[in-house]
Formats: sequence, structure tokens, C-alpha cells
Amino acid sequence: MNSKRTAALTQQLVYIGPALLFFGITIIIPFVMGMYYSFTNWNGVSGNVEWVGLDNFKQIFTNDSAFAQSFWFTTRFTIVGVLLTNVVGFFLAYFLTKNIRARNWLRTIFFMPNVIGGLLLGFIWQFIFVKGFATVGEVTGIPFFNLPWLGDEVTGFWGIVMVFVWQSSGYLMVIYIASITNVSKEVMEAAEIDGANRFQVLKSIIVPLIMPAVTVCLFLAISWSFKMFDLNLSLTKGGPYRSTESLAMNVYNEAFLNNRYGLGTAKSLIFFLVVAVITLIQVRLTKQKEVEA
Amino acid sequence: MRTKKPPMSASHIVLQIVMVVVALIFLAPFYFLLVNSVKSLGDIMVDAANWPTAFHFDNYSKAWEMTRFPEAFTNSIIITVISNLIIALLSAMAAYRMVRSNTRFNRIVFMLFVSAMVIPFQSIMIPLLQVINFLGVNNSIVGLILSYLGLGIPLSVFLFHGFVKGIPLEIEEAATVDGASPFKVFARIVLPMLKPMMVTVIILNCLWVWNDYLLPSLILQSPELRTIPLATFAFFGQYSKQWDMALPALVLGITPIIIFFLSLQKYIVEGVAAGSVKG
Repeated sequence: MNSKRTAALTQQLVYIGPALLFFGITIIIPFVMGMYYSFTNWNGVSGNVEWVGLDNFKQIFTNDSAFAQSFWFTTRFTIVGVLLTNVVGFFLAYFLTKNIRARNWLRTIFFMPNVIGGLLLGFIWQFIFVKGFATVGEVTGIPFFNLPWLGDEVTGFWGIVMVFVWQSSGYLMVIYIASITNVSKEVMEAAEIDGANRFQVLKSIIVPLIMPAVTVCLFLAISWSFKMFDLNLSLTKGGPYRSTESLAMNVYNEAFLNNRYGLGTAKSLIFFLVVAVITLIQVRLTKQKEVEA
Repeated sequence: MRTKKPPMSASHIVLQIVMVVVALIFLAPFYFLLVNSVKSLGDIMVDAANWPTAFHFDNYSKAWEMTRFPEAFTNSIIITVISNLIIALLSAMAAYRMVRSNTRFNRIVFMLFVSAMVIPFQSIMIPLLQVINFLGVNNSIVGLILSYLGLGIPLSVFLFHGFVKGIPLEIEEAATVDGASPFKVFARIVLPMLKPMMVTVIILNCLWVWNDYLLPSLILQSPELRTIPLATFAFFGQYSKQWDMALPALVLGITPIIIFFLSLQKYIVEGVAAGSVKG
């Protein structure tokens, strides 16, 4: 009996031990430490850590216009980014499941931007915005290309949105394709026989049946856009005048540029709570819309 | 997929044309990147859209040397391969044990892993650096890999967990009756059956680790430890207006992952689909 328990314990240790150990070191411990630091005035360098209670949070909510601005920027970016990536991703998938040629090639092309990291993508697009758009604008005379891309708040915002959509919609497309292919041909044919037009099939049959994929894609798009950092860094660095600074970048700057680690961890804690709440609400809401085929 | 192609209707032909145009728009940035990477700076400034009048392939040899590309490439490979192998193995083991021994403790651990998936990296990065410093592995590849292990394990365990649940117990029981030890059962029987999910987990983690910028930028300070994103960032900061240097460096930077993608695209696309639908 006893040896059996020892054996079970050994197995538990061998199988779960290492995973739990690394998880503890890199996530649990820092997370708990972060909660502690968010109530201190730690500057990251000196050993001098003073408990300041809720001061950091008070400062963030009442006296930090940059944080408020980055929050607003991130919120707008998330709304626009999530909508556009999902609409583009869905329609690419919808059309690629139709009877057209070279579907695999097209799928490969639409997915490709996604395998390149946000940092390099952002640099590539910096060139496109600065030189490529200018040249196209000269040749065609279309005013859209002659805007001061990335140079002011509006073009900075839409520039990041554009690259984000270009990067992410292919990923969501792959998920939507898998889901649309699973909608049974019989259901769709039955609807067509009953006289439903394409739009009705799309609205009343395909969309309800792929709601599980919608849940996943919204979840992914929300967490990508809310946590967006690399694209921000490589496209605008938050400028001009911090007008395109994302929340993630605001947290980063507070800690590593201003050396206010205590304040930075407080911001990161708020950041975590917002991400957690938004994604939980979203998953709950869209799960309700899922139906059985 | 399908063997014979029925003739296309008029609306499908329009759709076909639209999709090809959209695909070309998707590819346009790559055209600008490639074409201008072999021009002289003067030519780029004059006309960024045209085909090069003269090919300056020496742009590439300069970028190759100045980004110290071979070194960055080696660092990226070492970090990606080692973290991936360890994450995949440890996550498979943990997920297997959690499914087969459904104790309260294991259920709590699993819940912790799942909840941790919502924590944004920025929320833990500041104290994580403290931990890394405390362990004495700051500014080292070991410290970086160690961080990737903990950060990568939750999602990987989650994916394996769903997969192991679908594996019937009978095979393992038969092997146990035949006298195989539990570890042998896992290594010889369970692990091979996990292969499809293993591919998914490794692909998702490869894309993440290879492209990651923020974490390595915080942990690795020495120039000789730079990964490809770090080397590109440093180089781009210095030569951001010198496009004849910056563009070939960017092409070099994206080439390995593009080759990886094009040669394994079937698995990557399937892996992405399989890795997400489970959510």
C-alpha cells in the first residue's frame, strides 16, 4: 500500500513537477511580486522599497494623462482592429471555400504575413508608408497615398491598424476556413432548395453554425490588439507626442524609461485586470450564441 | 482536395479575379521590400516603385556583416530549438498525468495553467526580470530559455490536455498488464500517439519564440547574444534612413521564417486551425 503511494508520488513529481516548477518561477512568483510592488515606490535600482499603499493607483487614475490617453488609444485600436481583422478574415475564408482556382496558393499568401514577427513587419511597413506610399501617390495622384503617413496621430493610428489587419486576418481566416468547411453541405443545399439566397444562407446558416470559431477569433483578436506592442514600437514608437502609445508601451516606458517600477507594476496590474475582464465577458457573450448543428 | 473541377460560373470568375487582386495587394509590401533592397540609396529616393536599374547585391553582403547575421541566426536557432523541445516534452508529460490522475490537486494546477493564459506578458515582465537576476541568469541564453519554458507551458499543457482525453486507456492498460513500467508506457506508447498535437504545439511555439522581441530585449544585453529581432532592431535604429542598408537587413531577417513557413505550410496551417478550435 505504502509503496503504491510512493510510486504515485514519484510519478506526480516526475510528470508534473518540472512543468509546475518553471511555471511557478516565471509566472506565479513574478505575478505575486508584481502585486506587492504595485503598492510600493520601488525604482528598480536601489534596494529601497517603501510601502506607499494605494498612492500609485491614485496617481494613475487622477494624475496621469499619458496613461489615460494610452488607454483610450488602445480601446479605439482594439475596437477597430478586432472588427476589421474578423471581417476581413471571415470574408477571405468565405470566398476561399467557394469553387475558385488556386485556393491553396491564395490561402498561403494571405497567411504569410503572420509568420513574420511584428517588429520586422513594422519596419518593413515603415518603408512602405514613408517611401512606397509617397511614390505611388506621385504616380497615381490618389490623395490617400499622399497623406503624412505615421507623421500625425490620425495616420499613425490608421497605419498601425492597417498593418495589424494585414498581419492578423490571415490567421483568423485559417480558423474560419476550418469552421466553414465543417458546416455540412446537406444543410446548405437544403436551404438553397428551399429558395434561400446566398445572403440568407450566409446569415442564417453559416454564421450561426460557426459561432465557436467566432468565439475563438474574437478572443484572439482582442488579446492581440489589446496587448499590441511590437508593431507600435517599430511603426511609431508611440509618437508623435505619445499620441499613438499603446497600454503595453505605456507600462514598458513607465518601468524601463522612467525607472518607476512601482508605478509600472501598478499599471501592469490594472492592464491584467482589464484584459482578463474583457476576454471573460467576450467569451461568455459569444458562447451563448453558439448553437448545436 | 477535389479531383475534377466543374466549370466556373460568371460570378465565380469575378470572385476569382477579386481574390487574385486582393492577394497581389497582400504581396505588394514584399515587392517594395525586395526590389528596393538591391537599389542604391539614390535610386530608392528617386523612385521606390520601379524595377532596379542596377542591381547592388553588395547591399546584402554589407547588411550580412553589419547585423552579424550568422551569429544572430545561430542564437535564434539555439533558443528556439531548445525551448521548444523542453516545452513540448514537459507539457506533454504534465498534461498526460493530469488527465490520467484526476485528483483535486491536479485539477487545481490545470485551472492555474488555464487562468495564466490571460495574463499579459507586460503584467509580469518587471518582476520576472528580478527573478531572473536573483537566479543569476540575466544576460544569458539560459535565462531566456528558462523564461520561455514557464511562459510557454500553460498553453501547451492546455492543448495536450484536450488531446490526451481522446486517447483510449485500453492500450496503456494492456501494456501495463504485459509488465511495462509507467514511464515506459508513456515514452513508448503515449508519446508517439501525441504526435499530431506535438506538431501543433511545436509550430505555435516556434513562431512565437522565433519572432519574440520584448522578452529577449529585456534579458539579453550583450550584442553577441542578440537574436534576429534584436539584431534587426539595433541595426534599424542606427540606419533607419539608410534604406539601402536597412532593407536588405530586413530581407535577411524574414528569410529563415518564410522558408520555414513555405516548406511546412501544410502543417503550419493545420496546426493553427487545430490549436485554436480547442479554445
